[in-house]
Amino acid sequence: MTAPAGAGPQAYRWTRPRDLQEALELMAAGDLRPVPFAGGTDLMVLMQMRALPPCHFVDLWPLTELRRIAVRPDETVLGALTTYTEVAEHSYLQATYPLLVQAARCSGGWAIQNRGTLGGNIMNASPAADTPPALIAYGARLELASVRGRRWVPYSGFHTDYKRMRREPDELLTRIALPTPLAPPSGHFYRKVGPRRAQAISKVCFAGVARWEGDRVAQVRMGLASVAPTVLEARETADFLAGRRRGELDLAAARAVLDREVSPIDDIRSTAAYRRRVAGNLLEQFLTGTS
Amino acid sequence: MAASDRIKLSVNGTAHDLEVDPLARLLDVLRERLGLTGTKEGCGEGECGACAVLVDGALLNSCLVPVGQLHGAAVTTIEGLAPADAARLLPIQEAMLLEGGAQCGICTPGMVIAAHALLQRNPHPSLEEIREALAGNLCRCTGYVGIYEAVQRAARAAPPENVSRRWA
Repeated sequence: MTAPAGAGPQAYRWTRPRDLQEALELMAAGDLRPVPFAGGTDLMVLMQMRALPPCHFVDLWPLTELRRIAVRPDETVLGALTTYTEVAEHSYLQATYPLLVQAARCSGGWAIQNRGTLGGNIMNASPAADTPPALIAYGARLELASVRGRRWVPYSGFHTDYKRMRREPDELLTRIALPTPLAPPSGHFYRKVGPRRAQAISKVCFAGVARWEGDRVAQVRMGLASVAPTVLEARETADFLAGRRRGELDLAAARAVLDREVSPIDDIRSTAAYRRRVAGNLLEQFLTGTS
Repeated sequence: MAASDRIKLSVNGTAHDLEVDPLARLLDVLRERLGLTGTKEGCGEGECGACAVLVDGALLNSCLVPVGQLHGAAVTTIEGLAPADAARLLPIQEAMLLEGGAQCGICTPGMVIAAHALLQRNPHPSLEEIREALAGNLCRCTGYVGIYEAVQRAARAAPPENVSRRWA
């Protein structure tokens, strides 16, 4: 949907709320569609392309309530405004959620990482985004807040279709919770396949966490990007793999299950056939390369 | 409907008090409003890094930053790295000249800003660290080698000290 011809900067309103409560009230105000504005690395591009209809930007950047990283024994809770740089430089996240750190380090470049946020990455809802597969693999939950209260939802399944999500128009993503992984880092795997290691949108992106008991897959969860209209949790593949021993694993059969779960397309970046092939390759690398 | 806000920020150490559209890009405020044309627009999408500046010491693409988010910010542009009355250029600037790190020069301000941001954090980076730090800056002329060698030359000019790596 493009802005009307001639809609210049005056088509947008900009408000800087004092605090989160005021931000939520702005989200509930009915006059002009409220759009939360975090680091702006997606929205500014859309504005430049004149691809944003008139709206009321709610400036989230000053809201320190949305920046905290809280480490707890059973989970880590990150504010929605946590930037990629903050993720990448956080020693506990490096040790405990290495896939999220890898994802943050390969998103854009330093200048993007200093402004891009986890919340913005989630709510921009691109099926090709880099952090969502890691968030899926770690079983992330999202906190959505409005003037009516707060609720937690699983991130898996949050996106229902291309750029559509389970969010009321007045809700703001405030926090992301990651359960502490049961699998040690040797069971974590992330790979983003694209034309270069920076400033590139993925052709396929895969994140997986497997808890191995000896050579048996005790528990596994996988997230993929760029192979469906939304980021994908490969549940059927996980069900197929659970309990199997590495030596008895029919990789071709596992690939076939994954192939049924993905629905890639041909687009400017890649082809459906390539994406199917590479998704299967990444699954194999995950299964043979983790322990 | 407020088309302008009052924003106070500093640019290269000079305080400014501006009535400006909060959605104006920092890039345009720098170039059009303040006449600091050293910062370039290469793509307007945050892909090329020609518009890179430092905001409170952090490397940012000024084409993606609305000035309404810069209340109280300290911005450093290429002009601020070596003021016209400075006795000499910074080592990174001298090194770019000596190592052939610039040809047409359009990427150079952003490259120098990005290199400066790296060297502030990591005075003795490896080649891999240089490549990662400059990954957001595109050059169409040099093939990058002269730029990386300039950063390495500037790093050799820095005194040895405890290195704080960006990645633990």
